[in-house]
Amino acid sequence: MKRARRWGPGLLLVSPSIILIGIFVYGLIGWNVKVSLSNWREAQHTTKWAGLAAYRDLRHDAAWTENVHHILLFTATFIIGALLVGLTLAFLLEKGVRGEGFFRSIYLFPMAISFIAAGVVWRWLMNPAPGDRASGLNVVFDKLGLGFLGHQQWYLDQRTGMAAMAMPAVWALGGYIMALYLAGFRGVPEELREAARMDGASELRVYRHVVFPHLRPVTLGALIILGHISIKVFDLIVAIGGKQLITQVPAVYMWILIYDARDYAKGAAIATLLLIGISILIVPYLIYTVRSERRT
Amino acid sequence: MSGRTQTRRPWRASRNPVLRAALLGVTVALLLALPASGYGKTDARSSAKKSQLEVFSWWTGGGEAHGLQALIKIWNKQHPGTPFKNETVAGGAGSNAKAVLAQRLAAHKPPDSFQGHAGAELLDYIKAGQVESIDFIYKKYGFNKIMPAQLIKQITYKGHLYSVPVNIHRANILWYNPATLRKAEISGAPKSWSEFISDLKKAKDAKLIPLAVGEQWTQKHLLETVMIATLGPSGWASLWKKGGNWNGAGVKTALNRYKELLAYTNSDSASLTWQDASKLVADGKAAFNIMGDWADGYFRVDLKKKPSSGYNWAAVPGTNGVYDWLSDSFTLAKGAPHRAAAVQWLGFLGSKKAQDTFNPLKGSIPARKDANPKLYDTYLKWALKQWKSDKLAGSLTHGVVASNAWNTDIDTALGLFLQNKNVGNFQSALVSAAKKRSGT
Amino acid sequence: MSTASAVPPAPLPVEPASWWRRTRGSRAQPLKYAGLLIFGVLILMPVYVLIVTSFKGIAETDVSHAWTLPHVWTVAAWHTAWNDLSPSLANSFKLAIPATIISTVLGSLNGFVLSKWRFPGADLVFTFFLFGMFIPYQAVMIPLTQLFEDVNFPAGIPRLVFAHIVYGIPITALIFRSYYATIPEELMEAARMDRAGMLRTYWSVILPLSAPAFVVALIWQFTSIWNDFLFAVFLINDPASWPVTVALNNEAGSLVTPYNVSMAGALLASLPTLVVYILLGRYFVRGLLAGSLKG
Repeated sequence: MKRARRWGPGLLLVSPSIILIGIFVYGLIGWNVKVSLSNWREAQHTTKWAGLAAYRDLRHDAAWTENVHHILLFTATFIIGALLVGLTLAFLLEKGVRGEGFFRSIYLFPMAISFIAAGVVWRWLMNPAPGDRASGLNVVFDKLGLGFLGHQQWYLDQRTGMAAMAMPAVWALGGYIMALYLAGFRGVPEELREAARMDGASELRVYRHVVFPHLRPVTLGALIILGHISIKVFDLIVAIGGKQLITQVPAVYMWILIYDARDYAKGAAIATLLLIGISILIVPYLIYTVRSERRT
Repeated sequence: MSGRTQTRRPWRASRNPVLRAALLGVTVALLLALPASGYGKTDARSSAKKSQLEVFSWWTGGGEAHGLQALIKIWNKQHPGTPFKNETVAGGAGSNAKAVLAQRLAAHKPPDSFQGHAGAELLDYIKAGQVESIDFIYKKYGFNKIMPAQLIKQITYKGHLYSVPVNIHRANILWYNPATLRKAEISGAPKSWSEFISDLKKAKDAKLIPLAVGEQWTQKHLLETVMIATLGPSGWASLWKKGGNWNGAGVKTALNRYKELLAYTNSDSASLTWQDASKLVADGKAAFNIMGDWADGYFRVDLKKKPSSGYNWAAVPGTNGVYDWLSDSFTLAKGAPHRAAAVQWLGFLGSKKAQDTFNPLKGSIPARKDANPKLYDTYLKWALKQWKSDKLAGSLTHGVVASNAWNTDIDTALGLFLQNKNVGNFQSALVSAAKKRSGT
Repeated sequence: MSTASAVPPAPLPVEPASWWRRTRGSRAQPLKYAGLLIFGVLILMPVYVLIVTSFKGIAETDVSHAWTLPHVWTVAAWHTAWNDLSPSLANSFKLAIPATIISTVLGSLNGFVLSKWRFPGADLVFTFFLFGMFIPYQAVMIPLTQLFEDVNFPAGIPRLVFAHIVYGIPITALIFRSYYATIPEELMEAARMDRAGMLRTYWSVILPLSAPAFVVALIWQFTSIWNDFLFAVFLINDPASWPVTVALNNEAGSLVTPYNVSMAGALLASLPTLVVYILLGRYFVRGLLAGSLKG
């Protein structure tokens, strides 16, 4: 009784949020799953049960197979790229440099630019035109004497194109990951580093054995943020690649099915599969978080 | 920071009173301001009461926006008590607009009248009962007589009409730059398939891009013109009826020709928009480009080129006398909040005055046969003449012949073909798409 | 220290305590600056293209001229962009400011309860919130609108503000909860000894220490609300209430796209966010901040 009086107000304070999330997130997820199991395959609304028909359709859909390959390659490149760029930038800034605020603002700036227009710029930068029509980054390579890099096909390469497509995403989010790591670096108590140095550890070893282990939770958190952006990626792909199969990802296909083809059930099935994909990503993270909290 | 000492009872020593004060102030201000300000007003509620006309379109930029503005001006002058509410959403040839519209219709919040490509693209709305039949408007204003009979036939669904076409664009145009052709020793626009191929070869030898294309939809656009050239307008039309012969030799020939053409296109096509591809012709880097006649406005107005000397055109080889058409049209939404105004609007849109006001600005021709040619520029004068005499073939890429769902299936099949160039697979994918979607 | 403290949108960094002492005389310093500059140039490359293109006429704006300076400098594109976007800029402020502030305050309260004033099942509720971040919004626009219609929610900007607040709950709860987890329990003990209630504890213990988390949440929410296109285009039907992203998107006609105007517009539309970064960024740097808690 007494304890309930203690935690009661807390629950009360949070309950409006619980209700809102319940309706606007779980209610809508429920709606979506229901649609995916129905036979609502055209503009006319129906709610008749159709079981897993829409999912089966997806399994035999060549476009879907390609979408999945695209998103996997994109996600892998994007996450690794953004983590590396973020970590490198944070490492360079970590011990404090003159003009840190200036550099930080520059690195964060891309996040402020809407992709509606930045997409066009990236389409130009990654232009694969051959010969004397070459432009964008390919020209820069030539000018800098990096001609050996060749004239890249960028995102038009059938096998590796989606890796190139991750570049603008890294550009947009790299600065943010830098900020996370910078906070992580500065969260490492100076005494720990000093102690290691006293023990005669080289600066390299200090990083390896003292600093980097402390960054693990940051990395994990960043992974989640990047992962969920990546799996749902939409604007960037449409802005750069348009609606073409060669750059199509699940969220784009979902949009096409729902709003162009009016195949609501199949679109909803993609949404459900995306959610499942994301939960595979997030559940281990949640378990880790709760466990490590208990430990402390 | 090191200079800041913490007291032993830190929670009493309020470290940051500024934040608290700011938070309190802002929260109070917001609470006071929210109800008082305009937030209470709602667009939906106020719009339903007032007399006005809500029209939804994707005409946000360029000539089409100017054309629409000109129409709005006339409308507002003629109907001072019923102001025009212009609800436009742009993006990818209307794809954002279509999504927003789909969601509004699903929520039973329709505008009075909305834009859609005339033809099968409207089927979704028709079958879902989201638009009304407007036969009575056609009858009242005599549109069926003044617009070409073939057009009326091609936009009729189960004996009823559902939209008023405002303009006509033509898809099967071959664009070229006369100076570039001279350099490559090409005598002029090719007329037949074999001439076309030999001209493309010449262009290739002259180190030009023989045929400029852009992203996937422009390649679909190219495909449709090749198919019409190969099958003829009646063969093309029969494909879209129930039991259309997709498996036949005609389609196979067309697909092989298409594959042959692709070998003469630029390797960076998927990274270019249609206007980037057309610009390659204007800049003398490419010999030919097959694109709809909106390219005329781009060459003439945006790039400031002179018709016939700076750029020139012809029907796509093999399609002379065939008008591969598409049209922007407006519907009467079921449950339109201001139905009477919408009916008036549709009558107005089909009028000579409206069509001759809008089209010269948009760079298209009226659907009516009685346009005043004096108002139109060089290319459009030519198009007006063709419109009256040509056979009509509906565009696939621009929504005339196939429903949205069928189009999506074709997009996927084409996307795969562009990667693997396997004609057999492509044709069988088209066959199964037709089996699934035709006759619905 | 709690490992969970560094989950994603952790507060931005503090100035290291004595950077001048440690950096003096370091041989790696020039190398470091070279690295920072190279990255700066790489990151600014697309921005350069945005800027030069915005000063060109339309005939010059295509991929082959991406790097070149304008032949003829013109502010026509900026002029057009300003005329087209200025009404909607006001809408964006009207929408982004209240939505950002309300959702940040709400996040702070939620984060506080979920970390410091816990009730049984608080972790479960947190997980329940967190999962909300992952819903693919494009798929649920139709039922969302229907939901608003069913309860007759005032249309226009209020809907959008409300939607941003609701969908901001997960991320703000995450930011504040992980930040508050770093606040030592002793502070809470002290408050408890004084028999302070929940709200009083929040007001006098937690809130004064919250600045860094507030800044992070404000930055994140402002950026995402300001740049949001999807919710805006679906939830607002009246063009007079459109925020700047929708207006910017409308710069592209259905056929010809004036790249120069849309790039000038994009720069214009990103200025407020940039100002927020610069202003609040400095606020971190000045050290009104978190890190000291750990020392």
